[in-house]
This record gives sequence, structure tokens and C-alpha cells, in this order.
Amino acid sequence: MDKLLISHTGYEVKEATIVRTSRLTSQDKLFEIALPEGEILDFEPGQFVEVSLRGVGEAPISICSSPTHRNSFELCVRAVGRLTRALHRLEAGDNIGIRGPFGVGFPITKLIGHDLLMVAGGIGIAPLRSLINYVMDNRRDFGKVQVLFGCKNPQNMLFKDEITTWQQRLDVNFSCTVDEADPEWMGNVGVITTLIPNVDIDPENTFAVIVGPPVMYRFVIAELLKKGVPEEHIVLSLERHMKCGLGKCGHCQIHDIYCCQDGPVFFYSRIKNLKGAI
Amino acid sequence: MRYLVLQKEHFGAFIEHLNLISKVVAPVRKDQKTNQFSFEEVSQAEEIALNYIPTILPPKKYFMPQYETLAEYDASRGQNMQPVVEVEKLILFGVHTCDLAGIQCLNVVFNDRPKDINYLIRKGYITLIGLECNNYCDSFASCGLMGTFLPQGGYDLFFTDLNDYFMVHIATQKGEELIKNFQFFTDPAPKHFKDLQHLREKKQDTFEPEVPIDRNLIPKMFAEGFEAKVWEEIGNRCLSCANCTNVCPTCYCFDVMDVPNLDLKTGKRIRVWDSCQNEPFAKIASGESFRALRSDRKRHRFNRKFSYPVKRYNKFFCTGCGRCSRTCMAKIDLKETITQLAQETGYLHTKEGKVWTSS
Repeated sequence: MDKLLISHTGYEVKEATIVRTSRLTSQDKLFEIALPEGEILDFEPGQFVEVSLRGVGEAPISICSSPTHRNSFELCVRAVGRLTRALHRLEAGDNIGIRGPFGVGFPITKLIGHDLLMVAGGIGIAPLRSLINYVMDNRRDFGKVQVLFGCKNPQNMLFKDEITTWQQRLDVNFSCTVDEADPEWMGNVGVITTLIPNVDIDPENTFAVIVGPPVMYRFVIAELLKKGVPEEHIVLSLERHMKCGLGKCGHCQIHDIYCCQDGPVFFYSRIKNLKGAI
Repeated sequence: MRYLVLQKEHFGAFIEHLNLISKVVAPVRKDQKTNQFSFEEVSQAEEIALNYIPTILPPKKYFMPQYETLAEYDASRGQNMQPVVEVEKLILFGVHTCDLAGIQCLNVVFNDRPKDINYLIRKGYITLIGLECNNYCDSFASCGLMGTFLPQGGYDLFFTDLNDYFMVHIATQKGEELIKNFQFFTDPAPKHFKDLQHLREKKQDTFEPEVPIDRNLIPKMFAEGFEAKVWEEIGNRCLSCANCTNVCPTCYCFDVMDVPNLDLKTGKRIRVWDSCQNEPFAKIASGESFRALRSDRKRHRFNRKFSYPVKRYNKFFCTGCGRCSRTCMAKIDLKETITQLAQETGYLHTKEGKVWTSS
């Protein structure tokens, strides 16, 4: 067996540096990452990268910063597996490997000029934050912007400081809910679907963008359809294990589509008939 | 593109000639007592089983090895990894038409963008010599239903055994190169073409569709049969051993993992065959599995042969080789499964062409 050294196979890993880390919750950590000097990760909100540590492996992680910030990008990592736990032990100055970006992001060109209703559940706020901050940085391109965010409890809430900033902006309506409140919680209590009936939207002119745990989609979509949002105006990002990122390994396959290449962002109308997709 | 004739008495010399060019692998009987075969390295014609039923593993193992290095790392290079493609010059002799169809499926997948460079480069090092099956191999095969019992390309040379001689079809430049310096090939006479035509006509009668359904309606049948009881029934029997995917010539799912060397500073990133029949295959970080039930996984596998790839690549990914049925420890039979699905969905036809009904 001979070994050929090829520069580009799709599996080459580029070294990147952790610029800054901050702990968001007991199990979530935010990493700011920079590629070697002069290199910029050219990505769209909603895309992901394969994060790699030699000897440990790879895992797909959504990019949670906006591409409007060019010099670095951010990843919100929940410590749930071998790779993510190893990542949590790293600090600023350490190096990681990056492949990507991969996948189809949020359809920004279609969203421009419309009202937006963004719905995030739990860690789904991470990929959606990329879009939220993109919209904030290009606010004039969009109509009315509303964000609904639900999580289990106030302790698990990601990006608390940023959420306070969003809540203070006059050009964004931000609503938050928790499943279980603590004594200090002053906001809404209940699952995220409880926020939707009171949202004031012009359904024909609104695009709804949803990111959350798989169980959330069915209920949120039902509420949105009740509000009159057309199926082709509902956009969602599906969570699957995107092992290779290249549409080959099969782990992220739903019927005839590969989430890592054809998604993870889909229009509801595209996947509504794929049983098991949501 | 032309035909030549090779008398059987020169076949041994031909294999020796191939051995001068590169390593040669061909079907070999595993044991005199059993009817099991495998593709193995050969140096002489006597080692080759010209009459063989599908090998335990398909020739997929040469195109997409079970373990394959994708990249190598060295701590001195930081997190950067050097991509690697492992290749070996190889002549694959004696590939049946069902397995050629399997390789064609892999070609389609790995040529789909983004192209799989590892597969495509390795494939360039392999020369394929097909071998016609003149008769039915055994009762597990369904090449009649899938229409894979006649050659449909995908080879460099193709051998048809016509008693005392082989009719050889040269399909590519690579095939021409292979025979260039071998003196025993002769031009065919009209009789040789007649013999070939006679064999093919006979085969058309022998290889009938094993399940009486309309092949064009199979994807529709699978779509309508998504909730059919057959999935639960075979799911209850399935042991999730993943034998069916390992032996399938068109299954290509894999896992990616790191293998450190003992120094813990160097190592490699490899891909390893994986299977949609394994429970963790469709599990995500939160712990949710999208195909937690064996019935879900069996349905997914069958759909990945008969429905999803038809939408994506306009091709069936079942070659009718019968390996999945032959190897299944729970005796889940592909033909029985298809028959049951066709019964449930009303797509089964009687010999007279009428739709079967359960009443």
C-alpha cells in the first residue's frame, strides 16, 4: 500500500487559535477563534465547522457569531462528548483544528426586506445568534424583528449579557421564557409555544426562523401555521450528527437528503413530508 | 471497444501475464467443503474459482477499505493534519455483473460533489476485469428483479466463459493496455458472436424477476409502504449485527476517528465502515436517536437501497447479489421482505399480471 500526500482532500485540518474563552453556564463555554493571520473564515449564519483535536477526533459545531465580524468567529460548545469535554479544558492561546465551513446557512437574501420572527430553544440560540447579530448589524435591511427564546431555567440561559442588550434595543422585540422559574425570575414561565399566540405579526410578510431541540419544532410550527405564516416562510435548522461534513458518511441522512450538505437549514415546505425529519 | 477470443488453454498464461503487471486478486474458494468464496491475491489460474457465488465481502473492500487513513498528524505540526490517500495498483479479475453494478453505485456517490478524493484516486489504480455469470448463483439472488445479470459497463475488460474459450470485451484504454503484450488473443469469428448471443438470450429466460412487481414502481411502493407492518416484523427479528451492511456492495457509511500511535504525539485520522443498523448511528449530542427502533433502522436500510438513491441519483442501490439475505443471522430475506411489502401495498402481481389482493 502506497501513501500519497495530497494537499486538498476535504479532510485537511487547518490550525486555528483560541483568542478568548468565557463560561456561559456550568456546561457551556464560548470560544472566540482566529485563523492564522490574514485568513478569514468565509461563512454564512447557520453554517457549521468541524472542530478537531488531534488524537481525540472531530465534532460539528455551529458558528454562533455573525460574519459581519471578520477577524474571528465564535463557537458555543456544550460539554457532552469526548471532543467537547476536551475542548472545555482549553483556554486562550491553545490551538484547535478547523474544517469547513459546511452546509447551507439561513437564506439571508430571501429574508431581506421582510419581518423576522426568530424562535430559539435551549442551545438553539447559539446558531440563531449568528443570524440575530447579523440582522442587528444590518438592521435597515429587515422589517420588524422579533426574537422568542425559551430555555429550561434561568441558570441554563445562554448569552445572558447579550440578551440584556437585545432587550434594551428599541428596534427589536425580545421575549424570553423558562420552563422552571427561580425566585429572581421576573419573566414568562412556560414552554416556548406559550409566547407565540401573543406575538403580533403580519404573517404574509414574516419569515419565521426556528432553531431548537427536535421535540420543539412540531409544536412551534403548528402555532406558526395557526398564526397564518405560510409553510414556505418557515425556516428551520435541523440537528443531526454531521460526522464527515461532506455528504458521504450517512450519519446525518434524512430520506434522500444529507443535513451536512443540503442543510442544516431547510424551508419547512421542503422537509414537511419527510417522515422522521422533525 | 472491441471483442477478442482467448482459448481456455491460454488462461493460465494470461493470469501469469497479469501478475507481471501488478498484484492480481480474484475469487477464491475459502474451503473445499463450503460454498464460500472471497476475493484474494492469486498468482496462478488454478487458484481462481471461475464458477462462484457472490464472495463473502464484495470487491468494495478494495475501493473503500474497511480501515482507511484520511490524514496523519504530528504534534510538532500543531493541529494541522496532512491529508493522505492510500493506494495500491491492483487488477481485480472475475467481478460479476452484480458487483460491477455495486462499484458503479459507489462511483456515483463518491463523484457527487464534494467529490471524495480518496476514493477517486484509489479507483484510478484499480483495473477491473468482469466475468459473466452464466447461471443463477443461488436462491438468495435477485439480480433478475434488479436487472443486473447482464453486463452494463463499469469494467475495463469483460470475460464470458463459452465452454472452451472466453469471449473478451475490451471496454477501455486501460483494458487495451492490459492485453497489449499478450500474444494469445485472437479475433472473433461470427460463430463466437453467435455463441455469445445465444448465452445472453438463454439468460434472459433464466433470470426472471424474482418478485413479481414492476421495477419502475418500486420507489412509489416504498413511499406508500413507509408505515407497513413488514418493517416492524423484520425489526422484531433483526439482531442489529450490521452483517447486512458490511457485506452490501453499495453500503458506504463510515465513522471517522483518531488512532494515536504509542508515542501519543503522532497518529492518524481514519475512516472505518459504519452501519445505519447500529443504534448509535443516528444519535445526536443531546442523546436523542432518530432511529432508535430496529424497525426504523431496517426500514431506513431498505429505503436506502430502493427509494432514497433513486430520488438522489436516479439509481437503485440494490444489485441483487443476495449477500444481505445470505449472511443474515436472523434469516431476514430481502426477497421475502420486498414480497411482503408488495403484498401490503398492493403492488404484487400474479403471473398473469393481475394485482395481488389479500382478500
